[in-house]
Amino acid sequence: MARPAAISPEAPLLDTQSPAEEGAVTTVGGPLGWLDERLGVAKIGKAALRKVFPDHWSFLLGEIALYSFIVLLLTGIFLTIWFKPSMAEIEYDGSYQLLRGLQMSQAFESTLHLSFDVRGGLLVRQIHHWAAILFMAAMTVHMLRIFFTGAYRKPRELNWLIGVVLLSLSMIAGMTGYSLPDDLLSGTGLRFTEGAILSVPVVGTWVQFFVFAGEYPGDAIIARFYMAHILLIPAILLALIGAHMALLVYHKHTQFPGPGRTEKNVVGYPMFPVYMAKAGGFFFIVFGVLILMGATMSINQVWLYGPYNPAQVTAGSQPDWYMGWVEGAVRIMPGLESHWGPTTWSWNIFLPFAVLMGIFYTSLALWPFVESWITGDKREHHLLDRPRNAPTRTGLGVAGMTFYGLLWAGGGNDIIATHFHLSLNAVTWFLRFAVFLGPIVAFIITKRICLSLQRADRERVLHGSESGTIVQSPDGGFSEPHAPLSHDEAYTLTQHTHHTPLEETADVDEHGVRIKNPDAVSGFRARLSHWYSGDDIAIPTKAEIADAAHHGASDENSLEGSSEDPAQLHS
Amino acid sequence: MTHDQSTLTPREQGESDLPVSDPGIEPHVERYTDSDPRLSQRTYHQVVALFAAVPVLAIAFVVIYFAVPHTATAELLGQRWSIQPTLLGLTAGLGVLLIGIGAIHWARQLMNDTEISEERHPVASTASEKAEFVAAVNAGASDAGIKRRGMLLGSLGGAIGIMAVPALVTLADLGPWPTAATRKETLEHTLWADGVRVVNDTNWIPLKAADIEIGQLVNAEPENLRDLHGTEYQNMKAKTALIVVRMDPNSIKVPESRRDWQVGGILAYSKICTHVGCPISLWEQQTHHLLCPCHQSTFDLGDSGVVVFGPAARSLPQLPLKVDAQGYLVAQSDFTVPVGPSFFERDSRNDYKKGDR
Amino acid sequence: MRSGHPRRRRTAARPLSLILALVLLGSLYAALVPSGQVAADSGTSAQVAEGKALFQVTCSSCHGLNGEGTSQGPSLVGVGAASVDFQMSTGRMPMARPGEQAPRKVNTYTAEEIGKISAYVASLGPGPAIPHSSQYDYSKLSDEEIARGGELFRTNCSACHQAGANGGALPNGKFAPPLHGVEPLHIYEAVRTGPQQMPVFAAGAIPDEDIAAIIGYLKGLEQEPSAGFTLGGLGPVTEGLFGWIIGIGGLCLFAVWITSRGARAK
Repeated sequence: MARPAAISPEAPLLDTQSPAEEGAVTTVGGPLGWLDERLGVAKIGKAALRKVFPDHWSFLLGEIALYSFIVLLLTGIFLTIWFKPSMAEIEYDGSYQLLRGLQMSQAFESTLHLSFDVRGGLLVRQIHHWAAILFMAAMTVHMLRIFFTGAYRKPRELNWLIGVVLLSLSMIAGMTGYSLPDDLLSGTGLRFTEGAILSVPVVGTWVQFFVFAGEYPGDAIIARFYMAHILLIPAILLALIGAHMALLVYHKHTQFPGPGRTEKNVVGYPMFPVYMAKAGGFFFIVFGVLILMGATMSINQVWLYGPYNPAQVTAGSQPDWYMGWVEGAVRIMPGLESHWGPTTWSWNIFLPFAVLMGIFYTSLALWPFVESWITGDKREHHLLDRPRNAPTRTGLGVAGMTFYGLLWAGGGNDIIATHFHLSLNAVTWFLRFAVFLGPIVAFIITKRICLSLQRADRERVLHGSESGTIVQSPDGGFSEPHAPLSHDEAYTLTQHTHHTPLEETADVDEHGVRIKNPDAVSGFRARLSHWYSGDDIAIPTKAEIADAAHHGASDENSLEGSSEDPAQLHS
Repeated sequence: MTHDQSTLTPREQGESDLPVSDPGIEPHVERYTDSDPRLSQRTYHQVVALFAAVPVLAIAFVVIYFAVPHTATAELLGQRWSIQPTLLGLTAGLGVLLIGIGAIHWARQLMNDTEISEERHPVASTASEKAEFVAAVNAGASDAGIKRRGMLLGSLGGAIGIMAVPALVTLADLGPWPTAATRKETLEHTLWADGVRVVNDTNWIPLKAADIEIGQLVNAEPENLRDLHGTEYQNMKAKTALIVVRMDPNSIKVPESRRDWQVGGILAYSKICTHVGCPISLWEQQTHHLLCPCHQSTFDLGDSGVVVFGPAARSLPQLPLKVDAQGYLVAQSDFTVPVGPSFFERDSRNDYKKGDR
Repeated sequence: MRSGHPRRRRTAARPLSLILALVLLGSLYAALVPSGQVAADSGTSAQVAEGKALFQVTCSSCHGLNGEGTSQGPSLVGVGAASVDFQMSTGRMPMARPGEQAPRKVNTYTAEEIGKISAYVASLGPGPAIPHSSQYDYSKLSDEEIARGGELFRTNCSACHQAGANGGALPNGKFAPPLHGVEPLHIYEAVRTGPQQMPVFAAGAIPDEDIAAIIGYLKGLEQEPSAGFTLGGLGPVTEGLFGWIIGIGGLCLFAVWITSRGARAK
């Protein structure tokens, strides 16, 4: 945040470009005029073209997801031209020798045909798969950015909800996608899906028979997943992404705190041309990187796995990374099952699969509302929080990441065991405890770090930055003078809101009559509120800054002594 | 750190209740490309050169598409490459990437980079807007007669709602209904039956008990599976798959009730994991442990298939074996319990539990 | 997990099953003796004597002076020459120290020394002999036969060794090794002798031509090109890892470049 002191005396400018450049558009005529008479493009464009977007690298994470999705649509269309979603058995006679003559489903045969006999087919398949990996990963880091900076706060809670739905639906989109080639690995994944559905108490068997059109594997699942993968889910995703973007434009982007950035403005570059060039350019960069990944890194070599055969399996059977945490939970879960009468309750699958995912996505969805209830903060927020200024939120976020990461490790416990020469059983046992203890430790450490950073910020505002110069005083003592902060930095470090924890309100008045108070705070909520923001370090007040400046000025430690009058900082 | 008095001059009056006042947007500082015409000219040429490289790559792509056979390979960087897809990807990827890099270079170095500020307005409507809205709603409601004829809205809602029922009912044919009778024919039944020969999977060689060595593992199927085809074959194979192992009879525990299920230390178990149904055959001949590669459930085949580790909760079902007149291994019956993953209606009271006799 | 039941039974005490087992074992050995005999015959008695001397220096501390086995190592009576050849030629034996599993190492013994020890161990009791190369010759197999070898590989081997033959994990720190670059002879010997935790796949279920087809498939895999780095060939775990590092990592660097302010003139 520290920025070199700005020197130019110029005032900030609203854009002052001379309009009369050579070749400039002078009137809305020609095709533009034709369009304007039908769509009113000039009316829309006059505001939209110079709409301001703030610039920060982390604001581009969501764009990676968006562009990956576009790449998924483009490459997906190419793949549908050759892929045949049928489980009918045929004999392979394509150009991959090591499978020639084997019986396989048409789905797998067409995947092989696409990979070995259609020029560019394998490349596009690999781009499509890498784009799916990147789409999910970008959504995840984008969500983390939103979470840690508090960008989901009012008025953006609805967009957060859309994001949560996008995240969970995309996971299903990916899962239905990697199940399509009908190779041994995807079939193993389907077998897991079958078992997971069967584990749902009471209705599981019915749902499984309905999804698979009878017993596993049946002959319908590929065609059904295909419909979900190329029509149902993408259609919903597209609609939700449209709404997500519309709300983003409508609310205007959030911005990081800094000089001139307030809750009432948005500072950045105009849509046309800078943002358009940067966002458009970034699309090509994402697309280019994905093509290069498809060209140089092979992914999902289905021909190695061979056609699906329900009596075969391969070591290292894992889902794609975004299902890995669920896989990990299933792997480290102890074998709990209840046999009540003639029924079987498979807690060992139901809890780490359906229940875990339900709890995870529900908590994500509810979080903005829970936080605002805890803090009592009902204001609009357009300035982002620096993660340190919300220590409990940041701690919870890191705890969640730790939980997720440990489950992830669980999903690859066999690979970890073989590659780090560990015992598979020891890794599993370690994770069984670590998934509960790890997040607690991570929370405590993170919260402490945040509070220390807050304290350091406070010190910095009051006493300036360390100069790195050691000075010996006449009486022999050594000290390090501190340099005062720039106004920009001092503002950036103090502009945030300090949440005062809510206090419990009396629910009876002095006569012992219950008070009807819509703003009443229960003891539980007050305790939560204290837990949430009670430890936050106070922001220096005007008086404290003035006092510290005065103290600093009279102190020989001050680098520039009395030439300084920091009282001006809060003129 | 240089310190200039002028930096402390507020550039714009910010919110006064903050500890430090808002200094306002930093003044714009010129880039080298703004101040040095030669540099900006060079940058201009760089951007054009980036864009100009794209057609070259596009042509290279087309040439490779037609000229490089898809069987062409090359040894490079320690592995064998299939060069057609790789070269197609490198040319296309680099081309697309250069468009992006050129556009960004242009935006960063040549486009005006003065930051501008746009005002935000509260999302919520003003009081007068809210009042107009309320008026509009009331006018509409009154025009429709909602207030006066109270049944209208309710009956419309009910009519629309009830149509969800026919819509949902049409989904009832998604699959057969797993009633008790259906389950008996599907989930709770396999091809194994009295006298069905055990054959090696894939090459269909029938297994002679005398040929099986201690420490041997056979991935087996019932001989009559060969009569099935297509979906029927796959569905059945997903349940009938068998692992036959031979262990030193002195090193295993055989409960009283299963004494005659084995032939001289030859035991047969379902290959389908009782957790989520992966086929398991990672058998350690010395420990007799069988590991599932999907979720690492471990079963002890020397102890009637009980779970010794991992998320599975039920023993692996054992198939009673015997030898027929020609010395071949055959089943005595179907499995005594349903194989594969648990399902709600599964009666799991008859599964083998550790310590059962 | 279920709580363990305290009562344990040793059913093998029942004489009937013991007799049955002995009869079956006897007939099994009888079936294998001819091939075992070949190995024993080919080793002259001088070779056996030299092998014994070598054995007592190299192997006896774990396997006993006469190969009868100790608490440190199993008995070698009846393991056959193929087993010794596999274990020593791949450097697995002698083990540096007792452990869960003997890993593959550089073999420091000459073929002659191994031949002598093999001959000696083969003389202890009948077991699988070192095969003749015609038993696993895959050079004359058709594409279809090799593809069927792949089918056999995925049915019998890939559960442990992974579909791409890149190896996999077993319980308690043990593992199934990768199979790339392994000599066809050693693959054959491992299949037939079941080294360490690996089960035996005997000729009654997997005849020689099936092993040849499996070896042909594995050698075919080694020749197969790939479009891009294989990333270890371990499947989705490493793919996800590289997707994050190269994809998200690389694009974040681009994002930082796009939004950085760069050098200023003043």
